[in-house]
Amino acid sequence: MARRRVRFTFEGDSVTEPVIYLVGHEFDVVTNIRMADVEHDFGWVVLEVDGDHDEIDRALAWVASKGVRVDPVAGDVVES
Amino acid sequence: MTYATSLACRECGREFPLDPLHVCDFCFGPLEVAYDHDGIQSKISRERIESGPRSIWRYKDLLPVDDDFIVDLNVGMTPLLRADRLAEQLGMRELWIKNDTCNPSWSFKDRVVAVASSRARQLGFKTLACASTGNLANSVSAHAARAGMDAIVFIPHDLEAGKVLGSAVYNPTIVAVNGSYDDVNRLCSELADNRHWAFVNINVRPYYAEGSRTLAYEVAEQLGWRAPRQVVAPMASGSLFTKIHKGFQEFQRYGLIEETPVRMIGAQAEGCSPITSAWRNETTNIRPVKPNTIAKSLAIGNPADGYYALKTMKRTDGGATAVTDPEVVEGIQMLAEYEGVFAETAGGVTIAGLRQAIANEQIDPNESTVAFITGGGLKTSDAVVDHVTQAIPIEGTLQSFEAAFAEAPEAVGVGG
Repeated sequence: MARRRVRFTFEGDSVTEPVIYLVGHEFDVVTNIRMADVEHDFGWVVLEVDGDHDEIDRALAWVASKGVRVDPVAGDVVES
Repeated sequence: MTYATSLACRECGREFPLDPLHVCDFCFGPLEVAYDHDGIQSKISRERIESGPRSIWRYKDLLPVDDDFIVDLNVGMTPLLRADRLAEQLGMRELWIKNDTCNPSWSFKDRVVAVASSRARQLGFKTLACASTGNLANSVSAHAARAGMDAIVFIPHDLEAGKVLGSAVYNPTIVAVNGSYDDVNRLCSELADNRHWAFVNINVRPYYAEGSRTLAYEVAEQLGWRAPRQVVAPMASGSLFTKIHKGFQEFQRYGLIEETPVRMIGAQAEGCSPITSAWRNETTNIRPVKPNTIAKSLAIGNPADGYYALKTMKRTDGGATAVTDPEVVEGIQMLAEYEGVFAETAGGVTIAGLRQAIANEQIDPNESTVAFITGGGLKTSDAVVDHVTQAIPIEGTLQSFEAAFAEAPEAVGVGG
């Protein structure tokens, strides 16, 4: 089992999609929301995703394919 | 002996031991070093600081490292230049340039890496790591060499060879990741959890960030123990910006300088300005962007400390600017031509941002102002190579020189 801490950023239509609910149904992962701030056309959610390492990869790739930006919780770590 | 006592969550306030942690286990908020303020207060004084080494370690009472573990490359105490010629151009009365191009690896990153590498050594790490396209990798590699630690640097596979050289010379392990910028982000975040390496801006980030406060300490000391009324600083992650303000606040708290409000103005390039955009839209929700600017050292599209930078601006009656790439080049040129300081593109952003802030009346030109120049120009020479003075070709004779001089005296630039 692995655990990943990630930040989802929603914009436009993706705000209204139940992406977090669906990812738990489509993939063998458990999501646990820790912080969030959602407005009508924009929002972010910080959450923990538990599961098999490869399954988490697949789940997060699927989330990204739905138009949701997926980042590590620490933000961008590649600096100049 | 350090007065650091714990790591505290900036969101929920929960405390954690001084371990290699960067995120609160409970709410995932960022962690920050907490100190025994009474202990510091009982020991610190202007005299004690002035009798210390001419480096950031003169402020060791305020840093989260014990003496025995300090990795010392003589970082800091960089010049604070009174910039009267540039001030005149900008219609200002009192402008200062904090010239951090003079650090050992020619950027302010030496401050943060000095603290991170020292704390990493104290935590028992043998390896320093980072993901970087330039300044950070240079500094990590240099500090690891100085400390006798291993260094491992992750870079995007398509990074130009010239940018790798400033790290490669120190002989770190360099890993070129075949993937996007986001892939490198993701990989390094995972590695920081899985390897016993000190990723300076991930698992030891709380200590790393503390190094930026020394910029404010030095400025206050160099101004004769006072804070400026206004500051312009570049923003990438937003950490530097917030820590400069924190540094001035701490000096006020400990009675080292008088209580003076310091207005904080952040500068970004338009091609990567998520913090400035949020400021202008009057929201604290940062919308990540894909960077597209020549100011690569500020190209962080998803800034970890953007929210806190916005809070700092609001608290200080400050603001944010965003400047175009041509304005960045002009900023570099102005600083070089009027003050003799050759800055990288981030410095161009700062000077152009200063000019914009004056035009927008975010800055009062009659108040004392410090502009922070955070990296040397040779790191980003491509940005200005087509915009600088070209050589006048002549033969090695007086006649040839006189002929060329007669044709273009303004290019030669001198009379008599």
